[in-house]
Amino acid sequence: MSIWLVMISLGLLTFATRLSFIALMERIKLPVMFQRALRFVPIAALSAIIAPELGYLNNSLALSPFNPRLIAGIIATVVAYRTKNVIWTITAGMLVFWLLKIWL
Amino acid sequence: METLTQAPTPSREFWLGVRGELPILFGVVPFGMIYGILALSAGLSPLDAQAMSSVVFAGSSQFMTAKLISAVTPGLIIILTGFVINLRHALYSASLAPYMRHLPLRWKAALAYLLTDEAYAVSIIHYQEPGDLTNKHWFLAGSGLTLWTSWQISTGVGIFLGAQIPAAWGLDFALPLTFIALVVPGLKDRSSTFTAIVASVAALLFFGLPFKLGLIAATFVAIAAGLWSEKK
Repeated sequence: MSIWLVMISLGLLTFATRLSFIALMERIKLPVMFQRALRFVPIAALSAIIAPELGYLNNSLALSPFNPRLIAGIIATVVAYRTKNVIWTITAGMLVFWLLKIWL
Repeated sequence: METLTQAPTPSREFWLGVRGELPILFGVVPFGMIYGILALSAGLSPLDAQAMSSVVFAGSSQFMTAKLISAVTPGLIIILTGFVINLRHALYSASLAPYMRHLPLRWKAALAYLLTDEAYAVSIIHYQEPGDLTNKHWFLAGSGLTLWTSWQISTGVGIFLGAQIPAAWGLDFALPLTFIALVVPGLKDRSSTFTAIVASVAALLFFGLPFKLGLIAATFVAIAAGLWSEKK
């Protein structure tokens, strides 16, 4: 299959996914339970993206103090909690990450 | 008598959206550049690599697609994998839908095209704040277009730079850091914190599932956990 066919198919599927509820919800009445669940969507999805980025090194679980991504991620979490500032969080995380990579 | 609240103008909402998205770009621009670099090293032509950023326009699935193409994976598997990775956007769609009922279909389609993790994350915060809904979709237009433009440019820069930025710098790490900055300030009560913890643990446990299904599985488990802890 050509790369373009793959790209266009994936692009259309992704667009349809993004449009799905925005376009259809007028016609469907969603259960209350579902509406309450939506509040947790951003937290759940983004956390599920973050954790493996921190906890895995080269496709194997690395929950150790010698994993620079894990330690830098934990420190960035503390900074994000304290400052609520995106730039401080990224700066602190990257600096710790680079320092640990030099030391470890 | 009813109190009249004036809705902010479209252009004010638009620029608020642009401004809301700017800090996020610190994480997105390096990610886009690394995508450009990786796509070339995976064997895509510069044109293919650039086109994917506007045709698919979803970072993690673009990385995966480039990786799978270099491993000579059958096209159908690549499409299925990318589709599963992007399934979480259906949840974003459901979460924004109640705020977009009043919009014509062409607006809904345009905003759906721009609906990425990063644009969603800042826009949902804005939508959930009290205020007149009339022009709030311009906020998502502003944040979405800002992200779209920087994604195209950073991809282009990555393609241009080729392999000149050493992978050892680990600039891709800026992306999870960006997501941390977006999620953590939103953990205001026990059930949202619980949701984040369950999502993290589940994502680590499910990481090995085929076709990257772990991401969507962990998301659903965590949402269920959040609902359960809210009821208690």
